[in-house]
Parts: sequence; structure tokens; C-alpha cells
Amino acid sequence: MKKLLLLMPLSLLTFVSFAQSEKYVKAMEKLVPSVDTVWNVDQLKELSNSFERIADAEKTQWLPYYYAALTRVNAGYAIMMSGATGADKTDPEGNKAQELITKAETLSKDNSEIFIVKKLIATLMMVGDPMNRYMTYGPAASEALETAKKLNPENPRVYLQEGADKINTPEQYGGNKEEGKKLMEEAKKKFETFKPESNIHPNWGRGQVQYYLSR
Amino acid sequence: MSTFKTGLLLLLLTGSTILVNAQVTVSGKVMDRKKPLAGVNVVLKDSYDGATTDSSGKFSFKTTEKGEFILAVTSVGYKPFEQKIKLEGAPVTVDIILKEEVTELSAVIVSAGTFEASDRKKAVAVLDPIDIVTTASANGDITGALKTLPGAQQVGESEGLFVRGGTAAETKTFIDGTLVNNFFYSSVPNIAQFGRFSPFIFKGTVFSTGGYSALYGQALSSALILESIDLPDRSSANLSLSVLNWGGGYQHLAKNKKSSWGASYSYTDLWLAFKVIKQKQDYSKVPAYHNADANFRIKTSNTGMLKYYGYFSSNRLAFTTNSIDSLGYKDRFSIGNTNHYHNLNWRESLGKRWKVTAGISYTNNKDDISSGMQDANENDAIPGGLEFKKFDVDTRGNYFNAKLVFEKRLKGLSAIRFGHEYNYTHDKLVYTSYNNQQYPSSIKGNIHSVFAESDIYITNGLAAKIGTRFEYSSLLDKTNFAPRASLAYKLGKGEQVSVAYGVFYQNPERRYLPSPNELTFMKATHYIAQYQKVVNQQSFRAEIFYKKYDDLVKTGNSNGQETALNNNGYGDAKGIEFFWRDKKNIKGVDYWISYSYLDTKRDFLNFPSAITPNFAAKHTSSLVIKKFVQKWKMNLNTAYNFASGRPYYHIGFDGSNYKFNDRGTIPDYHNVSFAINYLPFIGKQNARSFTVWVLQVSNIFNIKQTYGYQYSYNGYRKEAIVPTSRMFVYIGCFISFGVDRSDDVINNSLN
Repeated sequence: MKKLLLLMPLSLLTFVSFAQSEKYVKAMEKLVPSVDTVWNVDQLKELSNSFERIADAEKTQWLPYYYAALTRVNAGYAIMMSGATGADKTDPEGNKAQELITKAETLSKDNSEIFIVKKLIATLMMVGDPMNRYMTYGPAASEALETAKKLNPENPRVYLQEGADKINTPEQYGGNKEEGKKLMEEAKKKFETFKPESNIHPNWGRGQVQYYLSR
Repeated sequence: MSTFKTGLLLLLLTGSTILVNAQVTVSGKVMDRKKPLAGVNVVLKDSYDGATTDSSGKFSFKTTEKGEFILAVTSVGYKPFEQKIKLEGAPVTVDIILKEEVTELSAVIVSAGTFEASDRKKAVAVLDPIDIVTTASANGDITGALKTLPGAQQVGESEGLFVRGGTAAETKTFIDGTLVNNFFYSSVPNIAQFGRFSPFIFKGTVFSTGGYSALYGQALSSALILESIDLPDRSSANLSLSVLNWGGGYQHLAKNKKSSWGASYSYTDLWLAFKVIKQKQDYSKVPAYHNADANFRIKTSNTGMLKYYGYFSSNRLAFTTNSIDSLGYKDRFSIGNTNHYHNLNWRESLGKRWKVTAGISYTNNKDDISSGMQDANENDAIPGGLEFKKFDVDTRGNYFNAKLVFEKRLKGLSAIRFGHEYNYTHDKLVYTSYNNQQYPSSIKGNIHSVFAESDIYITNGLAAKIGTRFEYSSLLDKTNFAPRASLAYKLGKGEQVSVAYGVFYQNPERRYLPSPNELTFMKATHYIAQYQKVVNQQSFRAEIFYKKYDDLVKTGNSNGQETALNNNGYGDAKGIEFFWRDKKNIKGVDYWISYSYLDTKRDFLNFPSAITPNFAAKHTSSLVIKKFVQKWKMNLNTAYNFASGRPYYHIGFDGSNYKFNDRGTIPDYHNVSFAINYLPFIGKQNARSFTVWVLQVSNIFNIKQTYGYQYSYNGYRKEAIVPTSRMFVYIGCFISFGVDRSDDVINNSLN
């Protein structure tokens, strides 16, 4: 009976944490697929807010912070694509994304996926004011991408980013559509064998690869 | 047994879940004082529930939580808002008004009289740091870029910033808060010298054309406040090669990114340039400069930083020109200069919103000047009556400056600052006359200053800066008390007006000391009003000012030497200035226009009466255009500088009084400069090296420029002071190699 009494709080504990984690997983499962499909500024901001709420409530999970940062930086790109240029338009999103990814990084160090987002943020910041920032954010972006690759050479998103850079950069600045497509093929191959750790771990990018290859 | 118990528990818990499962709707609207706020994150704290406001500021969400919760609302630029709500089944409606956060981004800034070039998104930052190096007429010199702003004169015959009718000596330069002596290379007759320091070691430049902070003093007109860079982003090496110089440097960033050190060396020799571009002077020793610097920066804590910058330069030149005083003879001039400069600066947060900044700087400057005449065979010779033209002057200067500033942040952006500054100068001079008679002199001076200043933010849109400065000069054995005050009011988004008032004191220049007469501080009083609008990459500002000078030094002639007599000099300056910068309207083109109108008169030094001084033009204007051509990866910069003709005077001493022997106006000044920066690496992925090619041509249209006139000793002959060459061409290449750090990142993470 003594043993049982001891066991009771223990099982209660596991039960509770399990229950919480189930709630967490469920909430994440609901949101994560949108990361690959939503490209509207307001919806991206809303998505980022939702991830941030989960992140702040959980406090120990890197994934919601990571997704909050990813959707936030994507909101910055969406603003840019809608034709608004200039650092004053995109910097607030970039700064917020940076704040979020820093929180993710303190929870999960040396994570290839996090370095992908850091690369996206650095590029967004650079494009906002290229003349003044190319010497700081330019190398920061390429360093982040290289680190992402070194940490996990099998991460398909590394090749997606490399390819997208090659395709989107004008040729006189080192862009090369051919090479870009090759990298996209590489990304596609990596995606075929890529297995996310769970159904809420990063798995986005297939659609983008498809889009670049179909152009 | 345990399975049974768990089962029971599970049952119990599920039961309770069902009980709470009733949903409560929380809804409302988020506004600031005027308009609804969209995209705001409304959070039920410690739950996942919440919503984002729509374009009308409305939000609504359902939650299964029950009990007392905190509803938290956060939005960039607003103060975070929290409110307790009770979730008991009934719908909850909360309307929220967010208060604007007083941030440096949104708040009004006291900007009267101030131009800033920095990364900080402050209202006064009308220039980007890169502008300092990419302005065509700047020739890579810090003050060159500032001369395209309103307030500064286009003076070509001597170095320095002549601001709003003030002399170059009325502008003082500060690096990380402490005074810099010998900011420019030592003066050479009729040739403006460059600044000593590379613009690349600074991250921020504040150029005040008046009404500056009580933290700075001993400058009647203007303060140039430079802030050095902190830790570099990465280790890097750099090389530079041009028609004038070559050099290299290395910066090392420690693995933990908490400290860095660096050193560089450069050698400048104008031999090649002077071979190609004919100079007015005939050089027996072409200017050659050895420059070296070293630095370290240590992050002493999360908020603390210790920085050191040290500079060493050794340079010399010698030339002859046809003498105006005696036909067939030449004037010779030579100077050798050695200069050390050390700056140590520390800043740290002390907690409870207290901050301390401490800095010391030390300068040792040595000039050996030799002047004389040569005959046609280039042998030293002195025609009778011109003995005064042969002399040697050897100066040794030791300067020490220390400053301690405490800052306490109050609510919002309000703050108080106070501290102490100590300045020590020791100038030794030996004058050797033609007959080898030596006249040594030595002047030591101490200035103690205490100052206090407060930034008061009454609201986000109304701010005041009030300060005072108290100084004691041992040399004059006098004290002064200088009040300063400014006020800024925000009219609308990016639109503000500000006014500034201040009293400024400065010791008489050392060249007129020691004086047998009792002297006091020279004094200037500034009144400035400014309107500024900065929106969508466009900046406009208009400023009017009035500056009153009192107690300027008057000089007299004693045995052929100009010495200070008294402080009976006076003067004033008034004017209006405009600045317009537009990065938006013409695609890919960034341009600015500045215009200054200046009306000034003064009676000082040996002036026979109050006159417009020879360094003040009535109209000064600059147009700077920058265009980046993506296709060529080139930055094309051009600048046009204009100044209406300045007056010139020949003032002679008739044995008892100074009087005008001649006076007039020099022709208008026009200068068109052009520069191309070619950036082949731009956009290159994984770029490990940055190369910048620079081609600069000043006075591209070869326009004749006259800076003034010089006269023979007897006043019979007059000769135009002109640039050393009409046009100048500069070609150079700068390469910077980033040292790869991603391996370190990986290695550290595996340990």
C-alpha cells in the first residue's frame, strides 16, 4: 500500500504532463500545416501570433517559437512582394522574428532548422537597405545557411534556400538560374528521403520547390 | 492495484474536463487614442487561447479555461497592456486602449542644430554612415562630407569646419566623448589638410552646428561628436592600394564574440600623384605619411564595454614656391610631424537604470617647422629686410582629457546626466629666428568642468533638454557658467519643430598666448529654431539662427609679434538654412540639396573694424547625387558645391594701428566632383571578400578656383591663393576578407 501511495503521485505526474503535451501537440498540429500554404500578410501575422501564444504558455518548447519566427519573417517577405519596399516597412517584422528565433535558439542550440530561419531574417534585413547593410547582413545570411548545412547536410530546406537565392539573384550578382534549378532538384531529392522527427517538426518547403521547378 | 487507481484518476480528471468544457467567448476592440489597431496579439496568459485583431481592431475567441486569468495585449510601439478577467461562463467583453510607448523610434527628438549620421533610427539621422565615405566631394574625409550640409563653409585654403560665421578653431571634435586635439594634420600655408582618422572606425557621426549639449564645451560654434565602432561582426583582414597609398590591417574577433583586437598600418606617398598632376608647389620632399593604429574592445559584461583606440603618425613634407616678396627668390617651407593619440573608453550599466561612461584620451604632438628663402641656385639666402622670413618653430604638445558621465534613466526616455571633465594642455614652443636666437615658451593649462543635463519627456510629442556647464580655467584663472536649453514639439508623424538656446565659452587660442594682458573666455550665445519633416525616405529641414559673439580676442603688434591685447572683440551671425533629401521620387537615385544664407560681421584679432570675415560666404549650397546602377554594380556619385565670393582683406600695421591696405571679393566658388565606386562582390553568395574600387575626380570641369589673396610684405604685390592643382584624380582599391567562422560555430557546439 505504501508503494501504491508512492506510485500514485508519480503516475499522476506522468499523466498530467502527457495530457499537456497532447494538448500542445493537438494545437500545433492544427497550425503547422498552414506554414506551407499561407502567403497573405495578415494571415501570416495571425499565424505568428498564434504560435507565439503557444510558445509563451509552454515556455520550454522551441518549435512554437521557431514557427512564430518563420511565419513572422515570411510576413516580411509577403510585405515586400506586395510592392512595399524600404527598411521601415519590413524591419518591424524582421526585428520581431529575430526576437522570436533568439528565444527558440536558447531552447534548442545548434539546430539546422533554426539557422535556416536566421538566414531568412538576415536576407530580409539586408534587402531592406542593401547599400548600408550588405556588409553586415550579407555575410550573416551566408554564414547562417552554411551553418545550417554543416549541422544537417540532409536538410532539404538548405538546398531550397540556396536554390532560391541563385534563382532570385540577378545574374550579374552571381545569380544563376541553371544552378538554382539544380539545387532545387537536389532539394527535391532530399525531400524524398526526409522524415520529420514528428508531424509537428519542420517539414515545409515541398510546394516552394515544386513552384521553382515548374517555372 | 495501481492500474485501478490510475483508471480512477483518469475518470476523475476526464470528468472534470467535461465540467470545464463549457466555452466562454472573449471579445473586444483594441484602439490607440485615435484609431483601431490591427494585427495586435491578444493573449489569455498561460493558455494557448487568444486572437489577433482584425483591421477594425476587433478580436474574439472562445476558451475552455475557467477562473481568473490575465488578458495580455502586446503590439510593437505600444506599452504592454494587462487586465484580469474572470471566466465564469458568461461572454466577456474587453475594450482596450493602448498607450504609445515613448521610444527612440516614435518620440520627438531635440534636433535643432544637429545632423546625425548613424544606424539609429532617430529623427535627427538624416545621413547614413555610408554617406560619409560615398559623398563625391568628401574624398573619403569625414569633414568633407559634412561640408555638403548646411551651416559649413567651403573653405579650401585651410582645414577645419567653419560653421555659421565661426572660425575653424571654434569647432571641436570629440571621439567617444573625449576631446581630440590635432584632429587634422598639421597646418601648411594655403593648403587645407585632411583629417587624420579613417571614417571606417566610426559608426556614428553627430555634427552640431549650434546649441549642442552641456556635455561638451570649449567650442564657440560647433561640436563634431564621433562614436567609434564596437565589436566587429567577424574577424577580417583588409588591404588597400591606391595611387596615393597602400596599407593593410587585421581585426580579430574572439571565439566567444566578447572581445576583439586589431591593428593596421598604411603608408601614403604623394610622389606618383604629384608626378602626374602638376602642383603649384615645387616639392623637395613630397608629402609622405606613416600611419599605424591599434585597438581592442572588450565586452566586460552584458552591458559593459571597454574600448581602446591608439593612433600613431609620422609625416613630413618640404616645398618651395616663387617668393612674392623678392623676385628670383623662392620661399621654402618644411614640416615634420609626429602624433600619438590614445583613447580609452568604458561604459557600464550600474543597475536601477544608472549608467556610467568614463573616457580618457592622450595626445602627443610634435611639429618641426622650418621656413626661409632660397636663391635661384636653391641655396639658403636672405635678401635684406626679409630676415623675418627665416625661422624655425618646434612645438611639442601634450594634451590629456578625461571625462566621467553618470546617467540615470527616469520614466520612459527621460533621463538626467551629470559629470566632470578635466582637460590638461602643455604646449612647448621654441622659435628660432634668422640669427639663431632662440625664444622658448611653455604654456600649461587646466580646465575643470562640471555639467548636468536632463532630458524631459513631458509626452511622446513634447520634450525638453535643459543643461548647464560650469568651467574653471587655470590659465585665465576665471570661471564661466553656461546654460543650455532646447525644446522639441511633434506636429505629426515625422514632423516636428524645435528651438534651442545656449551659451558657449572658449579659451583664447593658444597661438596668441602667453599674453601680458589679462584675458577672459570668449563667448557665443546661440538662438536656433528648426522645422523638420522626415517621412517615407524624404527629409526636409529649415533652420534659422542668430549667434552673438562677445569677448572675442583682439590682438596687437608688439615687436612684430601678434599678441592678444584684450577681449574687446565682438560680432554676430544670422542666417537661414535648408536641407532636402529624397531617396524616393526618382527611382534608384538618392540626392540632397543644402543651402545656407549667412550674414555675419565681427571685430576680432587685428580687424580694424567689424567686417564680414574672409572665411564667410553669404550663400553656400551643395547638391549631392548618388545613383546605384545595379547592372554595372557601380555606385555613381556626384557633388556640386557652390559658395558666393568671400571677402578678402589686406590688413597692415602702420606702426600704431591696423588698417585696410586693400580689400575686395574673391570670385564665386564652383566645384563639381565625381566618384565611381565599383562593388564587384555585391550580391555574390558566400562572399568571403569585399572589394571596392574607387575612382574620384575633383573639380572635373577644371574650373578656376580662388580661395583668397596673399600679399608681399610691403603690400605692393598680390597673388591669388589657389588650389595646389586644379583637378585631382584618385584611383584606389579596398579589399576586405572575412575570416570564416562557421567552422568555429560547429566546433564549439560539438564540445
